[in-house]
Amino acid sequence: MGREREVQKQPISYTVEQLVALNPYNPDILPDLENYVNEQVSSQTYSLDANLCLLRLYQFEPERMSTQIVARILVKALMAMPAPDFSLCLFLIPERVQMEEQFKTLIVLSHYLETARFRQFWDEAAKNRHLVEVVPGFEQAIQTYAIHVLSLTYQKIPRPVLAEAINIEGLSLDKFLEHQVANYNWVLEKGHGRGQLIALPGNEFNQPELKKNTADSIPLEHITRIFPILG
Amino acid sequence: MAASYDYDDTTGYEDNGGGHRQQQTDLGYDPNFVPDSVKTFVVHMYRHIREKNVYEIHQMYEGSFQNLSERMFKESPWPSVDAVAQYVDNDHVFCLLYREMWFRHLYARLSPTLKQRIDSWDNYCSLFQVVLHGVVNMQLPNQWLWDMVDEFVYQFQSFCQYRAKMKNKTEQEIALLRQHDQAWNLYGVLNFLQALVEKSMIIQILEQEKEGLEQFTATDGYDYNGGSNVLKVLGYFSMVGLLRVHCLLGDYHTGLKCLLPIDISQQGVYTSVIGSHIATIYHYGFANLMLRRYVEAIREFNKILLYIYKNKQYHQKSTQYEQILKKNEQMYALLAISLSLCPQLTLVEETVNSQLREKYGEKMMRMQRYDDEAYSLYDELFSYACPKFITPSAPTYDEPLVNYNQDAYRLQLKLFLYEVKQQQLISGVRTFLKLYSTISLGKLATYMEVDEPTLRSILMTYKHKTHAVDYDGKIISNADVNFYINDDMINVVESKPAKRYGDYFLRQIVKFEGVMNDMDGIKLS
Repeated sequence: MGREREVQKQPISYTVEQLVALNPYNPDILPDLENYVNEQVSSQTYSLDANLCLLRLYQFEPERMSTQIVARILVKALMAMPAPDFSLCLFLIPERVQMEEQFKTLIVLSHYLETARFRQFWDEAAKNRHLVEVVPGFEQAIQTYAIHVLSLTYQKIPRPVLAEAINIEGLSLDKFLEHQVANYNWVLEKGHGRGQLIALPGNEFNQPELKKNTADSIPLEHITRIFPILG
Repeated sequence: MAASYDYDDTTGYEDNGGGHRQQQTDLGYDPNFVPDSVKTFVVHMYRHIREKNVYEIHQMYEGSFQNLSERMFKESPWPSVDAVAQYVDNDHVFCLLYREMWFRHLYARLSPTLKQRIDSWDNYCSLFQVVLHGVVNMQLPNQWLWDMVDEFVYQFQSFCQYRAKMKNKTEQEIALLRQHDQAWNLYGVLNFLQALVEKSMIIQILEQEKEGLEQFTATDGYDYNGGSNVLKVLGYFSMVGLLRVHCLLGDYHTGLKCLLPIDISQQGVYTSVIGSHIATIYHYGFANLMLRRYVEAIREFNKILLYIYKNKQYHQKSTQYEQILKKNEQMYALLAISLSLCPQLTLVEETVNSQLREKYGEKMMRMQRYDDEAYSLYDELFSYACPKFITPSAPTYDEPLVNYNQDAYRLQLKLFLYEVKQQQLISGVRTFLKLYSTISLGKLATYMEVDEPTLRSILMTYKHKTHAVDYDGKIISNADVNFYINDDMINVVESKPAKRYGDYFLRQIVKFEGVMNDMDGIKLS
């Protein structure tokens, strides 16, 4: 089972997407793109292409840049991890803007996530609720990312490690685990003396036997070249 | 056929008819003076274009133009278009083409003034608009069409660099810049490239070609039905142009998206011109490097470097030769960076590997130590090999005027080194993991001199950094060492080198068939 990243829901409005596909190099669409960012936030959807398009426009006309919108784009990009969207956005934001307090914080948050320092991440996020809570779905998205990284790494994970990574404890964690067991093939086991052990579903990254040996597969085009000989 | 192109300029220069006076301008040359050889050149070129003799056009474009430039216009521009127009029926399109070559020569040999930069922009606007209106009925060599797009993007990049150096601008220059704020405007450039892609319908053509409903690649883009290849091929090369512009801005994702219709795993029109082939792969590889898709970058750099190694001898006489060598060196640097961040030497072919070791073997060793010296090496190689990033916005004309041409580059470098720093954490892990088949977290933590929670973070970072997200959102592992954790035990997975039976059998089948054919061919007397 290839570990497919769960993509955030596709956006409902297609007008802006059409604009981005057909007429992206047009400074007049800036207000539409800004509205679209707010729409992504409120409807819990996401469009990297549209947001990059907006960042490029800001790059071209810095006087029109709204740091509030940029901050929202970055939070959305964080939620798209493990995809490198956050870096992709930073490449387009001028250095002096990145020096502003809110962006420095977001960069620190990204750093903690990139280096799997989940405890530090949740601590810092708690101190900056005003930044991240404006975007609904933030917590769940980061938890999904945390589980993704855990699934790459662990076959069986001790409960405290899981708890720290997804920032859920006690009864809430019990409920969460129940849900995962029922729907995602998680298995709860007894760890030696240390309490609960959670067995994560096997995939090609945490269970080597499941890795398909693609090295020896031959593309069809190569076989077609010897059809005349075989025929 | 080529006899008439022996430009012998030993005969005295004839005075042009029409009462031109020898003008001694302070340019140091006379733009209105047309030597015989140039007159012959434009007359023949004009005729060949009208007659659609692509081969001859190419010979003149690659050969004669360069020879004349070398012999007569080493330090001065070619005669002005107004002076040559009379020899070519004042043909509007030919004049636009001539001017395009004129400016390209200027940029290559001399330093363009601001006025000349603006004039060149106007010329490209006129030329592209003529093409976009679909009234052009020529067949031009792919080399020329590629050069147009390539030069267009290059002049844009050059203009942005020039404009960003505000410090020593004269008042005249500033006034001119303010007046012509549309010249080399980012959106102007992007919209032209996009328009060429759309109007030529090249994306649909490539799609239909896959289903056998169109012929494009098979004819190298040329139209054998009496039509013109210009719009189609310009549209095709514009996709590479868009990739390039987006890389200059730092938008790697969109750049790669623009290139998507071109299948780089196959030959195509982009490989028909070596300059285009190299530019495509260079930017594709660089974009993938910045997107952390190291395996993809390494694969493509490896292929192109091997190709250059085998084929550069055939281009020694070409004007492209220096550029080819430069890009070759830059891509070795990028390959060194990619392999230091993602040690997968099996992806690199033997010839390329030995070249790489020669050029960067020692540096790569030092880069993988991740100390201060390593960062300065990453800095050095990145700075040498990266594109010339630009700041697309117009300058602020308030005092004090500063040079900001390095800003874009500094940002990309800073973010790149930031990523390198994050990877520093996982460098030690590799060495240790290779020594064990199983080891407890506690023990490994002691050896690495960190506490257990830190080790858990490091191991997860390793997994995250070595599992890139590809274009379709799938996770691809490029880890050289693999492991999984059970509670507090690390189990290292031995990776066995894959035996490629399939390839071997295919080769043997073909070989055997060859032997049988040979035997069949032997006539026994």
